[in-house]
Amino acid sequence: MALGIKYDPDNEGLGQKLKMVSWPLLLILCIIAGVGFCMLYSAGNGNWEPWASRQLTRFIFGAVILLLIAVTDIRIWLRYSYFIYFLSLALLIAVELKGVIGMGAQRWIDLKFVQLQPSEIMKIAIVLALARYFHGVTLSELKTIRRLLTPVLLVAIPVGLVLRQPDLGTAVMLGFTAVVVFFLAGVQLWKFLIAGLTGLAFLPLAWSFLHEYQKRRVVTFLDPESDPLGAGYHIIQSKIALGSGGVFGKGLLAGTQSHLSFLPEKQTDFIFTMFAEEFGLIGSLTLLVLYTLLIGYGLFISYRVGHQFGRLVCAGVMSVLFFYVFINMAMVMGLVPVVGVPLPLISYGGTSMLSLMIGFGLLMSANVHRNVQINRHGDFID
Amino acid sequence: MYREDYERRKKFTRRALILAGAQLGMIGVLGGRLYQLQVLEADRFKTLADDNRINMKLLVPPRGRIFDRNGKPLAVNRMIYRVLLTAERTEDVAKTLKILAKLIGTSPLDVKRILAEVGRRRSFVPVTVKDNLEWEMVAGIEVNAPDLPGISIEADQTREYPHAREVSHLLGYVAPPPPGSKDTDPLLELPGFRVGKTGIERQFDLTLRGKAGASQLEVNALGRVIRELERKEGVAGDDIVLTVDLNLQRFARKRLSSLKSAAAVVLDVERGDILTLCSVPGYNPNDFNKGLSREGWEAIKEDIYDPLINKSISGLYAPGSTFKMLVGLAALKYKLISPRDTIFCPGHYTLGMGKFHCWVKNGHGPVNMKQALQQSCDVYFYELANRIGVERIAKMASILGLGQLTGIDLPGEKSGLVPTRSWKQKTLGKSWQGGETILAGIGQGFVLSTPLQLAVMTARLATGREVKPHLLRALISGEEIRVTDRPLPPKLKINPRHLEVIKSGMDAAVNTPRGTGWGARISERKNSMAGKTGTSQVRRISSYERETGIIKNEELPWKDRDHSLFVAFAPVKKPKLAISVIAEHGGSGSKVAAPVARDILVEASKRNLLTASSRKN
Repeated sequence: MALGIKYDPDNEGLGQKLKMVSWPLLLILCIIAGVGFCMLYSAGNGNWEPWASRQLTRFIFGAVILLLIAVTDIRIWLRYSYFIYFLSLALLIAVELKGVIGMGAQRWIDLKFVQLQPSEIMKIAIVLALARYFHGVTLSELKTIRRLLTPVLLVAIPVGLVLRQPDLGTAVMLGFTAVVVFFLAGVQLWKFLIAGLTGLAFLPLAWSFLHEYQKRRVVTFLDPESDPLGAGYHIIQSKIALGSGGVFGKGLLAGTQSHLSFLPEKQTDFIFTMFAEEFGLIGSLTLLVLYTLLIGYGLFISYRVGHQFGRLVCAGVMSVLFFYVFINMAMVMGLVPVVGVPLPLISYGGTSMLSLMIGFGLLMSANVHRNVQINRHGDFID
Repeated sequence: MYREDYERRKKFTRRALILAGAQLGMIGVLGGRLYQLQVLEADRFKTLADDNRINMKLLVPPRGRIFDRNGKPLAVNRMIYRVLLTAERTEDVAKTLKILAKLIGTSPLDVKRILAEVGRRRSFVPVTVKDNLEWEMVAGIEVNAPDLPGISIEADQTREYPHAREVSHLLGYVAPPPPGSKDTDPLLELPGFRVGKTGIERQFDLTLRGKAGASQLEVNALGRVIRELERKEGVAGDDIVLTVDLNLQRFARKRLSSLKSAAAVVLDVERGDILTLCSVPGYNPNDFNKGLSREGWEAIKEDIYDPLINKSISGLYAPGSTFKMLVGLAALKYKLISPRDTIFCPGHYTLGMGKFHCWVKNGHGPVNMKQALQQSCDVYFYELANRIGVERIAKMASILGLGQLTGIDLPGEKSGLVPTRSWKQKTLGKSWQGGETILAGIGQGFVLSTPLQLAVMTARLATGREVKPHLLRALISGEEIRVTDRPLPPKLKINPRHLEVIKSGMDAAVNTPRGTGWGARISERKNSMAGKTGTSQVRRISSYERETGIIKNEELPWKDRDHSLFVAFAPVKKPKLAISVIAEHGGSGSKVAAPVARDILVEASKRNLLTASSRKN
């Protein structure tokens, strides 16, 4: 062991473990979630119903889960990585088979008390599975193509399924997250280059597989003014809302664009727009800084972890967070096409909140158990 | 394994740093974009956001009304009502319509159309059930309002002319603004807004129009009105009081209607107040406001009697013998004849190769100026014209207001024509002929004038003042009444004694048995008129026809018949009103136009317009 103080985690009590949970990170998380409640309160025109109160309940539920995962030995998570992955995959297939039609796409599974979106769970599950796999592969073994086949399949199957739903945003996020994990695991750079070029070559083919509305979204993104009352409407109205907020914003509940319904989906995908309209540049930059701190802190934790599995899980979860934030914000600012990615911890939605809290729980667990010894097969080393 | 993991960790750390850098860069892009949208382009987006939410609704100001000199309404605004149905406020659209049908009589076809429209529109958008309703019908709806949820009534104004046919040309009408108008008034963009097209409505359009008010409404993305942010009431247009006397105007029109195509102008000889300005046939301006059918429009346009033209100011006629006073005045002014001098009329006049006939085939014998005016001797004025020359005739014509715009406050006035040598050279490229001066001496040839000009000329002869005609008497804005004050016009540069000679000739022409207007005299001496007949020839009479006998007017096609003219002022002793009457192709001035003028003046005297000051301030 190069870093850290040697200790036996099995002998640590629950109190000790809780002490090792990264509380500053949890604090940032709570602040961001707090902004979310505020905005959902605003989206409800100054009412806790229907969104803010439910979101708060979910957050508290999520926080409990986060802590439970955090104090559970990271090696348990390593052992169940593949199981969790395949469970998520099964759910994805189940959606495919017996999905409830929601928002024009099959994305939900109705578990009576909550509508589960397996693709959101998959974002975390895929990180676990890849981390588990790369943990057991040495750098020299990584140089063979054969060793890359399994992880590529691990990614390709869920991405394919999500694309079929069709959910372009999630597919893109899964892909990007996987690329980051591959990159951090130490896959040679030239292989990314080859994969990238191949991908480019297949782009026209992929285009032909896109649904009409997805194509339209991409086209409108490239030229939103081409259809100002149709597909380009959302982007234009979103930019007007953002821009009209100015430096200081219009004040809580005073966003004209959001409250007069010019803004679509203001409680979910376009919540950042409403936030920026009501709190201006000052508010939106503050939020951006909070996210940056959160991601930076997460990456710093990954740097401290003494095992590849924990490192990759931490960095992977942070990538998921980063892509959530980046794609959502870039989307409402008109930098990328509208693909339907929520703003993490703020947008109204049960599954994305839950999966993110699970992700943060794993990150915390890795932090708490940063100095445990794990061999390449995932066995406990006492 | 540990060594392996050490390598992996080193690589992980290095790559994680690269990743963090890349992510930080991407977050920087987001920050930059926020700066661009919220700082650099903020103003533009703020405007767009306001455009989004604020809907400007113009409030149409009521158009100014128009009254005659006695306050009788000539143009008013009538309230019309529209019944609207807002689907979201009623539970059962069909049921509501059924109750409504009993009140305003909507047909099953209407109901079908309304239901279709309700289905098409968003539920909060009101749908028109019936338009153009009178208050009496709407009142029933008001009373039954509790049974009619979702039914609302909207009031609008429409222009109405209570005496449409009497004042058609004078008032003009209102119509939608022409496309491509330079007027930038936002009111013009409102559907259904109307501007003055001709007549007073056009002349005083801006005065009558008023200023638009505005209501700023906050609306949501669906167009539903959330609230009114600001309201600025408009300014109503000014009311206009005209110098016209509706009763006299109505009488004149009725009297003229027996003629196919005619015009009459009555004006105050001192102030220039126009009491009557009439042209027949006319049109009904209300038709234009409601929207004329294509057939109706074609019929008006194709009518050979030109109902759309205001002949009193736009019709051009050779003044004929009514021009003779002017020639006489010029001769006196340049001392080319004295009032007592006589000229012998053998029935014709010869100049070089030309032979010019008097209307009395065998001639009048020796006549002085008074007699020449009395009997309208052509030869006397041929001779005078020859002595004066066309340039000096033109000068006198200009003093009396011919050949130029009178400046009446109406659009479309024609200036007429008094020829000169240079005019002919310039427009026709030919030099002036002596014979043309002779013809000008009796108001024929190139000379053209409007009935209004002839009335103005007569007024100037009666008073010796530079009378200018006008229709505007007062403007009323709110409580304030602004009477247009007109001082007595200045004296003309004409010797009053010369005027007396002319006036005595005009007196004799009507009030002595040998006068051409004797048949049309006003027997009541205190109201008697002095005037001059005119019969202006439209076609050329060949020498062959002269030999074999001139074809009687009644036997000619209408278009070839002579114009019948008459000008007069009254009372003779103390002139008050001047009148000119023209009957297009009406035949003899003494038989057609003169009696009309007499009847109008008698009517005026009955209404005390000849005695009392016609100007009630």
